[in-house]
Amino acid sequence: MAFIKKLSNMPLYLLAIILLIFTGLPYFLMVSSSFKSQLEFMTSPWSLPKDFTLDSYSVVLSSSFLRYFGNSLIVSVVSVAIVIVISAMASYPLARMKFKLNRPIFILFLIGMMIPIHTTLIPIYLLTINMGLYDTIWGLIGPYVAFAIPVSVIIFTQFLQDIPTELEESAKIDGCGQFRLFWKILFPLLKPAVATVAIYNFIHIWNEFIFALVLTSSKENATLPLGLREFYGEFSVNVPGIMAALTLGSLPLLLVYFVAQEKIVKGIAAGSVKG
Amino acid sequence: MPPSSFNKERGENVKTTIRQLPTASVPMAAVSKKKMTSKIKQGLVIGGFLAPALLIYGIFVLYSIVMTFYYSLFDWSGIDNSFEFIGLQNYIELLRDEVFWASLKNNSLLVFSSLLTQLPLGLIMALLLFSPIKGMRFFRSVYFMPFLMSTVAIGILFTFMYDGNFGIVNRILGLLGLESLQRAWLGDEDTAIWAVIATICWQYAPFYMVLFRAAIVGIPEELYEAAMIDGANSRQRFFKITLPLLMPTIVTSSILSIIGSLKYFDLIYVMTGGGPNNSTELMATYMYEETFTNFNMGYGSSISFSMFLIAFVITVIIVFSEQKRKGGS
Repeated sequence: MAFIKKLSNMPLYLLAIILLIFTGLPYFLMVSSSFKSQLEFMTSPWSLPKDFTLDSYSVVLSSSFLRYFGNSLIVSVVSVAIVIVISAMASYPLARMKFKLNRPIFILFLIGMMIPIHTTLIPIYLLTINMGLYDTIWGLIGPYVAFAIPVSVIIFTQFLQDIPTELEESAKIDGCGQFRLFWKILFPLLKPAVATVAIYNFIHIWNEFIFALVLTSSKENATLPLGLREFYGEFSVNVPGIMAALTLGSLPLLLVYFVAQEKIVKGIAAGSVKG
Repeated sequence: MPPSSFNKERGENVKTTIRQLPTASVPMAAVSKKKMTSKIKQGLVIGGFLAPALLIYGIFVLYSIVMTFYYSLFDWSGIDNSFEFIGLQNYIELLRDEVFWASLKNNSLLVFSSLLTQLPLGLIMALLLFSPIKGMRFFRSVYFMPFLMSTVAIGILFTFMYDGNFGIVNRILGLLGLESLQRAWLGDEDTAIWAVIATICWQYAPFYMVLFRAAIVGIPEELYEAAMIDGANSRQRFFKITLPLLMPTIVTSSILSIIGSLKYFDLIYVMTGGGPNNSTELMATYMYEETFTNFNMGYGSSISFSMFLIAFVITVIIVFSEQKRKGGS
């Protein structure tokens, strides 16, 4: 009986494995060819590496890779931190207070989720030049924060609406000011939403390409996605080298993913379904 | 109770409330003054909390959209000072621009193929995650991984996979005895766009898998139990319970997929740059080229504003028809 049951699951397993190959194969090829020597890649590009070598990794790490990596890290962390603070703040009146503009402002943020970033590209490019922030990593933070605000405000507002108001009421009676009340009492309660917002935005900002392409020009200020393209041009025939760079560049998000898998998945679902 | 006394009682009640009103209105004036100041205070608090987000969002998003429209009314290179107002001339030119129409066609192709490949594949993957197979955690982890890779990395990786000489795609075709199909996938006008679409599907199907999975988790177990008792088979359970309850998610996913396809840029830019011969040109890549390569900022602005208009109109249509559907059922 158990055997028949297993047998009836066979098509399911087959489908699951086909999809496993579909989603996993590119990753597998990327990692496995990064461990090959250039010569081995030339002769047998897609077979398993026979002479396992880390040469490509040392080449990549001794180039400007760490610079790109550092730039991406600074931009992502600073942007995400700013987004969390100002979006959480904005969600407080939207979730808790009654005022005429409440709904219109919320909808204004909602609209932001469907706006193609390209529509803002030229004005932001000119603005960045005028502010003297062109070709600096700091010029990227403004647009990154701005485009992360809508989804973050929505996540925070919805989360806040589900928190009971009793704690605040008693704090208000004790004469606690609104700002102190928010930071001391409400913000700590928002922790799960903070994690969601942080992860969701970190993935997007870490991988962002077009603003970085338009708002920076020099190699010193390139973020990782731009840097990877730089490698692609520079290394051209050194495919294992490029693959090593791609692997290293993908590593941070993969690590975060394997540590906080459920959080990421939840964050992405929350960030999109609510829209 | 006689009706007269009832009326009397009521009349008295009205009287008392009328009598009470003037006396109450004296302290109320003082209260309303106090209320006014507290209202101003409240307004300041609201403003204080909202200001940082509204300011940044206002400058970089709202102001920028308005400015894009403004710039689109000029003949302007962006590098010199020849700033000439030409009204809607850019838009008229755009309507005559073959490359723009080609890019719009490719964007539409992307919209439809995304809806027809990413969403169903995402749904199948999500449903698989609820089936009784072992090692589910492992499958789930791998299924989601494509979404984590940066688009640039994906572009580079798949460019190698599609390579005409040593690419894995041709190699697999060779192993299957389909040598006649081997080609330089991205260099061929006929196949480049399909190669890119397949790559986009690889990248985004996991995203929809996550959305569908979250929605399926939210379906109450009792519904299935009740259906089982009524003798519904698994196909009936899927079409009568799962699918209808997934409808809102399908609508949201469709909006996301359509909007995403309309503004697609990164992968095309990295893999083909819009070529060969504009066969993979999208509105976003064309806009980028016109603006930052050919220095037609005015014209580029008219392309990007058109993108906004199209995305806006489509969103409004979907939201409107969804509301109508909800109202109807």
